[in-house]
Amino acid sequence: MLGSEALVTTLLQVHELRKYFPVKKDFFGRGTAKVHAVDGVSFSIAAGETLGLVGESGCGKSTAGKTILRLIDPTSGTIEWCGRRIEALGRAAMHPVRRELQVVFQDPYSSLNPRLRARDIVAEPLRNYESLSEAQMREHVAFLFEKVGLRADQMVRYPHEFSGGQRQRLGIARALAVRPKLIICDEPVSALDVSVQAQVINLLVDLQAEFGVSYLFVAHDLAVVEHISHRVAVMYLGKIVELTDKRSLFRNPQHPYTEALLSAVPVPDPKAKRKRIILQGDVPSPVTPPPGCRFHTRCPYAEARCRAEEPAMKEVRPGHSVACHLR
Amino acid sequence: MAVAPGWWRRAWDHDLAWSFRRSPVTIVATLLTLACFGGAAFAPWLAPHNPFDLATLNLGDAFAPPAWIEGGQPRFVLGTDDQGRDVLSTIMHGARISLGVGLAAVAFSALLGVSLGLLCGYVGGRLDAFVMRVADIQLSFPAILIALLVDGVARVALPRETHDSIAIPVLIFSIGISGWVQYARTVRGSTLVEKNREYVQAARVIGRGPVAIMVHHVLPNVMGPVLVIGTIHIGTAIITEATLSFLGVGLPPTQPSLGTLIRVGNDFLFSGEWWITVFPGLALIVLVLSVNLLGDWLRDALNPKLR
Repeated sequence: MLGSEALVTTLLQVHELRKYFPVKKDFFGRGTAKVHAVDGVSFSIAAGETLGLVGESGCGKSTAGKTILRLIDPTSGTIEWCGRRIEALGRAAMHPVRRELQVVFQDPYSSLNPRLRARDIVAEPLRNYESLSEAQMREHVAFLFEKVGLRADQMVRYPHEFSGGQRQRLGIARALAVRPKLIICDEPVSALDVSVQAQVINLLVDLQAEFGVSYLFVAHDLAVVEHISHRVAVMYLGKIVELTDKRSLFRNPQHPYTEALLSAVPVPDPKAKRKRIILQGDVPSPVTPPPGCRFHTRCPYAEARCRAEEPAMKEVRPGHSVACHLR
Repeated sequence: MAVAPGWWRRAWDHDLAWSFRRSPVTIVATLLTLACFGGAAFAPWLAPHNPFDLATLNLGDAFAPPAWIEGGQPRFVLGTDDQGRDVLSTIMHGARISLGVGLAAVAFSALLGVSLGLLCGYVGGRLDAFVMRVADIQLSFPAILIALLVDGVARVALPRETHDSIAIPVLIFSIGISGWVQYARTVRGSTLVEKNREYVQAARVIGRGPVAIMVHHVLPNVMGPVLVIGTIHIGTAIITEATLSFLGVGLPPTQPSLGTLIRVGNDFLFSGEWWITVFPGLALIVLVLSVNLLGDWLRDALNPKLR
C-alpha cells in the first residue's frame, strides 16, 4: 500500500499553484475581472501512485492538470518535477520533461487527429523522441496495441473507424509510447458508456501494475476514483478542501463538502437507507469567490468564523489533511 | 472479417462519387472541363494548324469565314483572322495560355493565402491583427483593380524590352496577389477551431514544435474548404486574366490568351468578321462555366449541412 512514507520518491510536487483567467477587458485590453480557476493548490504524487482529483464541473480540476502539463502557463506557484522546477521552462527545456509527463484527454473524438492512421498516432511520440528504424517502430507500435487491447490489424485504420472506448485505448497507447513516469488522465472515462468505463479503468490499473506509471486521475465520478486511486484530493472552487488516502476519505470524510459528495454516490440497492445531504444553492461564481471559507455559502454547519476567515489545510491525522475550521 | 474492397470499389461507393453520379449537370461540366483542359494542354499536337509558325501563314487566307458559311474553307473550321491564322488553332493555343496563367495564379494565391492564414490562426497576436487588417484593406478594392495596379507598377518599373518576355509571370503574380485574402480568411478561421482541439494539445504534450503541429496536424484538417475555393477561383482567375488582356494590359498579341484574341477580334466585329472574336468568347464562356459548375458541385458535395 502506498502512503506518505518518506522512502517513496516524489515525482511531482505542486505548491500553491494558481491560475487566473482574465474575463473582462477594458478599452485598453487590460483585464478587469479574473476567473479564479485554480487558487492555491498544493499536492504531491509519488512514483507508482494514483492521485484522484475530484470536484464538480468548473472547480478547476482540469485547469490544474493542464497547467502541470504546461499547456496553460500558471499565474503563480511552483511545479516541481523530480526535484526540478518546471513552471517557467521554455519549450526546448520542457522537451525532455514532456517525455516523462504525458496526458490522456477527456474527449476521445477530438483528441485524435482524424487524418492520421491509428499506427501513426501512436508512433508520433516515438518518432519525436527516439530514432528507431521502421521495423523497430512497427514492432513497438504493435506491442503498444497489444498492451492496450487493440488488434494489430486495426493499425492501418483511421480514428473514425473506432468506437469511443477503442479511441480512448489509442489515446492511452499514445501516452504510454515513450514510457512516461506520470500520465495526467483528464476525465478519461467521463465521455464513455458505463460498461466501457470499467474496461478502460481496469486497463489503466493493469498498465500501472506492469509499467509502474503514476496517474493524476481527474474525475467527477467518485465511484471511478474510488476504484483507481490510492489517494484522493477533493477540489471545490479552485481549492483543495480535503486530501487523504482513499480508505479514510470514503470511510471517514472530514470536510462537509466531501460528506455531501459521498452521500450523492448512487448505491445499487433500492432498500438501502442513507442519510442524503442535499446542498442548497449553486456553486458561487469563480470570478468573485466568497470571502472566508469558499464553501460557507452552502455548508450546513457554517459559523461566523467561516464567513470571515479562510481555513488553512491542516493535518487532522497523519496523511489526512482538511481545510475546515470545524475539524 | 470480410476482404477489404478494392480501391475502385471504395471510390465508387464514396459519398462524393455518389453525389457526382446523381448530378447530370456535373457530369456534363466535367466532360466539358476535361475537353477544354485536354484541348488546351495538347494544343501543339491537336490543333489543325500552328498559328505561330510564320512559314505556314498565308495572308491570302485572311478573313476566311467559318467552314459552313459561303466562302468558308473546310481546312479552317472556324474561319481565319486578319493574318490568315486558323481561329480554332489560336483558340486552343490561347486557352492553353489562359488556363496556364489561371492555374498558376490560383496556386500562387492558395500557397500565399493558406500559409498566411495558418500562421495567423495558430500564432495569433499582433501578426494576426496586422495581416488580417491588410486583408480587410485589400478586400475593399475590387480584385481587378489590384491586378491592374500591380501590372501597372511592373510596366513602369521594368524596361519595355523585358516587359513582354516576363508578361506571363507578372500577370500570374498580379492575379495571384489579388486573390489570397479568401484563402487566408478561411484557413485562419478553421485553424482557430482546430488549434483548440485536444489532438493539437496532445501533439504539444508529445513535444512537437509549432511548425510541425501546423504542418502535420492543423493543415490537413483545414484543407477541405481550400479545395472548393480553389476550384471556383480558377474560373475567376481566367476571367480576370481575360479582362486584363482585353484591356490591353495583360498578354501581348505575340502570346495571345483568350482575352487577347477577343480584343484583337473586336476590331473586326463591325466590319462583319464576327467569328474572329465570337468563337474565342464562346470558348471562354464554356471553359469558365464548366469549371464553375464543377466548383459549385464540389462545394455542395463537401458541405455536411447539405448532405
